[in-house]
Amino acid sequence: MMNKLLLIAQIDVQSWTYILVGITFTLYIGIAIWSRAGSTKEFYVAGGGVSPLANGMATAADWMSAASFISMAGIISFAGYDGAVYLMGWTGGYVLLALLLAPYLRKFGKFTVPDFIGDRYYSKTARIVAVFCALLVSFTYVAGQMRGVGIVFSRFLEVDINTGVVIGMLIVLFYAVLGGMKGITYTQVAQYCVLIFAFMVPAIFISIQMTGNPIPQLGFGAELNDGSATYLLDKLDGLSTQLGFAEYTEGSKSTIDVFAITLALMVGTAGLPHVIVRFFTVKRVKDARKSAGIALLLIVILYTTAPAVAAFARTNMIETVSNQPYAEMPEWFKKWEKTDLIKFNDKNNDGLINYVANESKNELIVDRDIMVLANPEIAKLPNWVIALVAAGGLAAALSTAAGLLLVISASVSHDLIKKIIQPSISEKGELIAARLSAVGAVCVAGYFGVNPPGFVAAVVALAFGLAAASFFPAIILGIFYKRMNKEGAIAGMLVGILSMLLYMMKYKLGWFDEVLPDKSEWWFGISPEGFGTVAMVLNFVVSIVVMKFTKVPPKDVQDIVEHIRIPSGTGEAIQH
Amino acid sequence: MKVNNNAKAYWRDNIKYVLILLSIWFIASYGAGILFKDELNSIKIGGFKLGFWFAQQGSMYVFVVLIFVYVRLMNKLDKKYGYDE
Repeated sequence: MMNKLLLIAQIDVQSWTYILVGITFTLYIGIAIWSRAGSTKEFYVAGGGVSPLANGMATAADWMSAASFISMAGIISFAGYDGAVYLMGWTGGYVLLALLLAPYLRKFGKFTVPDFIGDRYYSKTARIVAVFCALLVSFTYVAGQMRGVGIVFSRFLEVDINTGVVIGMLIVLFYAVLGGMKGITYTQVAQYCVLIFAFMVPAIFISIQMTGNPIPQLGFGAELNDGSATYLLDKLDGLSTQLGFAEYTEGSKSTIDVFAITLALMVGTAGLPHVIVRFFTVKRVKDARKSAGIALLLIVILYTTAPAVAAFARTNMIETVSNQPYAEMPEWFKKWEKTDLIKFNDKNNDGLINYVANESKNELIVDRDIMVLANPEIAKLPNWVIALVAAGGLAAALSTAAGLLLVISASVSHDLIKKIIQPSISEKGELIAARLSAVGAVCVAGYFGVNPPGFVAAVVALAFGLAAASFFPAIILGIFYKRMNKEGAIAGMLVGILSMLLYMMKYKLGWFDEVLPDKSEWWFGISPEGFGTVAMVLNFVVSIVVMKFTKVPPKDVQDIVEHIRIPSGTGEAIQH
Repeated sequence: MKVNNNAKAYWRDNIKYVLILLSIWFIASYGAGILFKDELNSIKIGGFKLGFWFAQQGSMYVFVVLIFVYVRLMNKLDKKYGYDE
């Protein structure tokens, strides 16, 4: 027995990574074969009979992407308090979803978000605008996921990033094309388990190491167990100010910008088509409400742990490197240096690492992703834990990519082909079209993963702004304001999405000026990331004003609104 | 006509719940975590400044509780108005 344990301890990180990634991939493929889709209803909404718990788990995995798993804790550890915009923004949206959207869209009972927009606003134009918005949001998002898969592969398995992207494409292709929504729902359930385990294990280890408390959420506010009797956060505030950074618990963004970004992310979350569509897969309206609660609970487990990990990792890192001799750096430092994620340049040639806020004196550049990826090594955790992080990152990226690809394929095969171009298409033909568009979408996503256009990374963060500026107001008004008509909704969506795109091009990408305009030129001091809030307000205002001057929607549309407000009778959907 | 009134009353109650819960949603996140965080930061609970805690922990717990409270309230409301399934 003892010998066996010793043997396990000797397996190196790379072998562990192959073993764990291999096991999880086999699991995903097995699930896909077991749950392949036989009808369009199964392909688009998993047949509509998913249990609230399974849907909650699938939604959580669908939602938590490579960004949540790999990057978020790192971003927070460099942003301190300001990182709260992501924490509150990406969870608070679920309250809006559960209270304002999910139950009604489930009652409406169709396959896609453009379905709702097209029927509620009795207009092909509205449907086309919605398809355009869905494709824009989903493609920008999915390219980032594919890249994430490639990066995880390249760092842990030492294959080329592009090979990693192709492997990821093949896996997603296999189970999304074969299983459709039914296949991805059950793989997402498995992926949630993998990713949450992979995130929590190192977090718990580190919390015990640093504070003696096994619950990271509590260790975050506890005293360090190095005998100093100082609180972790006080220590971190002290270290940060010493090195010239802003106090960790205070942050440096303006209040109005924090407010605007948080709201844009919340509303954007509630308006993301790949999240909304998950609520079409449960049986009853009450299941939709409940699964939103379960999904958020499962997400919050990771989201309340991430800021704790951020604070632990930041303290650990500063203490390990600051003012220490470069020659005595531990092995992980050298290893990540090779990947260019850590860069050291001894400007004053004293052999010590000067890590300070002042850019001209700072000698160390640390990539934010390292905080999660290298955390287990920094804390000297066993090899299998390090490998687990790779499997978790892949689960997070693949589950989100699959959800997005399904939205793209449904937008093309259902909203464009079935509803607009060729309504006479047979059920079988539509299913083939859905599978082919999924293949096409994977190829496009893979292409962007291999050749990322410079602006993809910038645009991914803005996908939320685009969703907030387009879908959210149109859906809310469609449910809560019976008088809202097609003219108002179309005008609102167009003004919302165009103002968001223009602001982004001007202040994020700098396409209209010689140089990127300075912060001081931002409208009301709101950054492009927070502008979704302004664009959303514009959408609401334009919708209501245009509606006042145009015709009341027809009687049968008003009846749809009455119908979706009542939770019972989901099964016997009326003909609309 | 009676059915219609029933639906209207149900909708009114629903809107009332939504407004109350969304006020709490707003106060916990935008209020405690952003607008009044500096004031709250003068209070310390363990190692946490209270405003910082709401921004990075507390608001999220409140969100989860809010959804489950809504689920319970609505399940009761569905029964009361005969819309239960």
